[in-house]
Amino acid sequence: MNADQLFALLPVIALASGVVVVMLIAAFARTHAGVSRMTAITLLITLACLPLAAKQIPISVTPLLIVDGFGLLFSGVILIAALSISLMSYPYWQVRNIEREEFYLLLLIATLGAIVLVLAKHMVSFILGLEMLGIALFAMAAYNTRLKNQVTFADRQEQSDRSLEAGLKYLVLSALASALLLFGMALIYLETGHLGFAHTPFSALGGPSLIFYGGSALMLAGIAFKLSLFPFHLWTPDVYEGAPAPVTSFVATISKGAIFAVTLRYFVASESLANPAVFTAVSFVAAASMLAGNWLALMQQDLKRLLAYSSIAHLGYLMIAFLALQTQSTRFAIEASAVYVISYMVTSLVAFGIVIMLSNDEKNSTRETSDILQYHGLFWRHPALATALTIAMLSLAGIPLTLGFVGKFYLLSAGAEAGLWWMIGALIVGSAIGLFYYLRVITALFKTGASKDSQWDSSPMYATSTAILAVLTVNVLVFGLFPQPLLETVQIFTESLSEGAHLMSQATLR
Amino acid sequence: MILAYLIVLLFSGGVLAWLAEFINPKWPRWIALLSLAIALLILANMAPQFAIDTQAARTGEAWDLIFILPWIPRFGIEIILAADSLSYLMLLLSTGLGVIAVAAAWDEIRQRTGFFYFNLMWVLAGVIGIFTAMDMFLFFFFWEVMLIPMYFIIAIWGHENRSYAAIKFFIFTQVSGLLMLLAIIVMAILLAQNSGKISFNYFEWLQAAEQGVIDPKLSGYLMLGFFIAFAVKLPSFPFHTWLPDAHTQAPTAGSVILAGILLKTGAYGLLRFVLPLFPEASQAFAPVAMTLGVISILYGASLAFAQQDVKRLIAYSSISHMGFVTLAIFAGTTVALQGAVMTMLAHGLSSAALFAMAGAIQHRLHTRQFNDMGGLWQSAPRFGACMLFFCLAALGLPGLANFVGEFLVLIGSFDASPVLVSIAALGMIAAPVYALMVMQKIFHGPQREGLSLPDLNARESSMMALLIALTLYLGFFPQDVLSLMEPMLNPTNQVAAIATGVVQ
Repeated sequence: MNADQLFALLPVIALASGVVVVMLIAAFARTHAGVSRMTAITLLITLACLPLAAKQIPISVTPLLIVDGFGLLFSGVILIAALSISLMSYPYWQVRNIEREEFYLLLLIATLGAIVLVLAKHMVSFILGLEMLGIALFAMAAYNTRLKNQVTFADRQEQSDRSLEAGLKYLVLSALASALLLFGMALIYLETGHLGFAHTPFSALGGPSLIFYGGSALMLAGIAFKLSLFPFHLWTPDVYEGAPAPVTSFVATISKGAIFAVTLRYFVASESLANPAVFTAVSFVAAASMLAGNWLALMQQDLKRLLAYSSIAHLGYLMIAFLALQTQSTRFAIEASAVYVISYMVTSLVAFGIVIMLSNDEKNSTRETSDILQYHGLFWRHPALATALTIAMLSLAGIPLTLGFVGKFYLLSAGAEAGLWWMIGALIVGSAIGLFYYLRVITALFKTGASKDSQWDSSPMYATSTAILAVLTVNVLVFGLFPQPLLETVQIFTESLSEGAHLMSQATLR
Repeated sequence: MILAYLIVLLFSGGVLAWLAEFINPKWPRWIALLSLAIALLILANMAPQFAIDTQAARTGEAWDLIFILPWIPRFGIEIILAADSLSYLMLLLSTGLGVIAVAAAWDEIRQRTGFFYFNLMWVLAGVIGIFTAMDMFLFFFFWEVMLIPMYFIIAIWGHENRSYAAIKFFIFTQVSGLLMLLAIIVMAILLAQNSGKISFNYFEWLQAAEQGVIDPKLSGYLMLGFFIAFAVKLPSFPFHTWLPDAHTQAPTAGSVILAGILLKTGAYGLLRFVLPLFPEASQAFAPVAMTLGVISILYGASLAFAQQDVKRLIAYSSISHMGFVTLAIFAGTTVALQGAVMTMLAHGLSSAALFAMAGAIQHRLHTRQFNDMGGLWQSAPRFGACMLFFCLAALGLPGLANFVGEFLVLIGSFDASPVLVSIAALGMIAAPVYALMVMQKIFHGPQREGLSLPDLNARESSMMALLIALTLYLGFFPQDVLSLMEPMLNPTNQVAAIATGVVQ
């Protein structure tokens, strides 16, 4: 490894060292504030390393990782999301009197896993990143289990049981998905004799092979589990609902974004979508996710659960851009997916940020405010928060003025350009269904004569969380209105992916 | 530039109105009124320009007041605002009815006034954007932006079943809008394949349509995407079911805006985009569309007759009247198109007045049911007289604006399809039946005990006086308006405008 590669790897190194430092602080100078601050500092330093790494791109670091524009763009988004989540979750944990310092440690490890994922160009780094992310996440999902020790009321116990359920469910199903993925990789390895993404192109096979099909199918299933696509979505609502709100937001944004990024990289390099069987399978999964996700979200009473189903639908939408990869306009499809992922991540952060903010009630510390009933009339008491949530919902529904619309515009363009008319049909039907439940949330926010037992009256507003929410919301609006800077950035950074694939294949010759 | 100011003025007026509530809850309405008054003044100032333009239009230089600003260069999207006399008439109508809406809401809206006027102003700003946007993306943008505040107006200040009505309205419009967006995107991609650069500029699209760049088979589908979006807004049978709910549940000002202005955006879209961009496809589709128009006329009228709820009745009558517009637009002759625009203006005025009065009745009596009323002329003669006037206008009494519009529609469309027009003319018989029923059930008949209707106050009387004057003016002197818009209703002029290099 030379100095250039070392520089390129700097973000990963900084984040990994940060994990160690935070662990030491949690062990020896244990304060919530100290750990939280150190986490933020680590993430900021890692962010600051990105420009340094950007000077070297694109560059392969070991056979496992590639630092290119695409990877760095996603790393940046992931780091910003992690920073927002870690800062917004401070008050959340502050009112919950449990051993909360390790949460930040897990959060950093999961972020590290996500960064490894977006830089991965090899099956080994794929699995490494995935497990680093997954193992940290199921511990995080079960974090509220500890609340059980200090409460007596039945409903509070229920919350901690739910958290345990979420953790276990995530553990079992995520392990299953990893097993499928590993087996798929093994089959593909058997056929091609390589583990690097670029060495496994479908076109190199010289004919359909049952083993390659089997391997691809298993890998697809594993990935669909992680992205919670139909019919592998069943864990999503329970995990979203049971996990602590900061963890849910992590699963919804960083975890899905990173896994999608690595999937994109793998499919671009391996050209698997050129295989009609794989293409058909992905189309089915995508259309079914859009319809089922939206349909199941219709009558949900719990905001976190509703967002879980909506995320199934959104990942389904995203698959339109993913399917468009296979056509000549690969570059545009990559750009469209990146824009959509970013817009979805930012919007979800706003939505979950509000749930986190409203769950900081000292007197009611073991419960979260996620029932839609509790949001009735929010606008008339907390206009700013309700406006932010309204904007998030409109953005998820893809209404103009918001970032979500830019994403949807991209998807429609990519789909139309690739001629995926059935997918677009599913998107339109799905959006029609989806509108109903987003509007239901908005209608609840603006209800007059709210119920008295709403607990958010006593949730204090922390300055940091408010500031982060404000910045994110403003971004949703500003980039919704003037998307040009965002689009340019994404365009520049994603160009490397097609070139990056080229670089990887060159590396094979050496 | 002035058009951009106009839009910014209304947007910022809305924000100001919202903020002003924190100082004094009575200020928002004054701010709304003031910004609308300024907007009207600006429009009045433009009038001479359009009088000249009418001359210019004959020579092809019809487009004035163009404002161009790059917006999203990635997709060649620009902010292009322009107005011709059709846009200008629609702008006048929107702003004028905006004033009426503010007047109608004056006493009715007492809760959360700031946010109400904020939404009202944003709807109007969005509508003005729709009538002036000449970039397809921008047009779609305004088309959707206008939805959100309208949704809030219905959902927050509406009547008993407001959430249902608001969500239904939103879903219908948004989903059909999505089809239009898809058509816009596909069209842009097609044209980009042809010209090598992606553009959403309306004038460039017109030019391409003129040259017949688009595959005729595909253009049918694209036309349908636009048509459905506009037919939902219009609304035309079978996309009308959102309208009775939305109109009935909306607060008075909301109904005035919905019936008076929002329905016209659908007709405007057909005139501005569907006919010029897809001439052949529209012609091929015309029999279907005209049939839908005729069905709307008769079906709307017969449903109106069956209603027990005064606002619902007026809502169904709107479907009937807008059926004439659909019929005329797809008949396509200049006379028919003039009739369509005239009907749009006339219906804007009369339905706004009728909804304002229906709202006033509900505000006073807390009911919209005919069964709870009767014999109210005694206690409110001025009210009754105004109601009678606009019922007569709605049924198409000669001398009033609606008659001119419907007459021109029927004359102009007759050559296109004598059979359909003969059937549509039956609507002229159905209209008096339901219109007079309104009068009879509310103001005539035995007076109920203990029931009295406070008469129109000064504010309401002046509102009605203004609308009556305009209806009479359009009814007796339609030629002013007709000659103003005549050159613009000929699509070739729009293309000629590009040829002379007005658009660069």
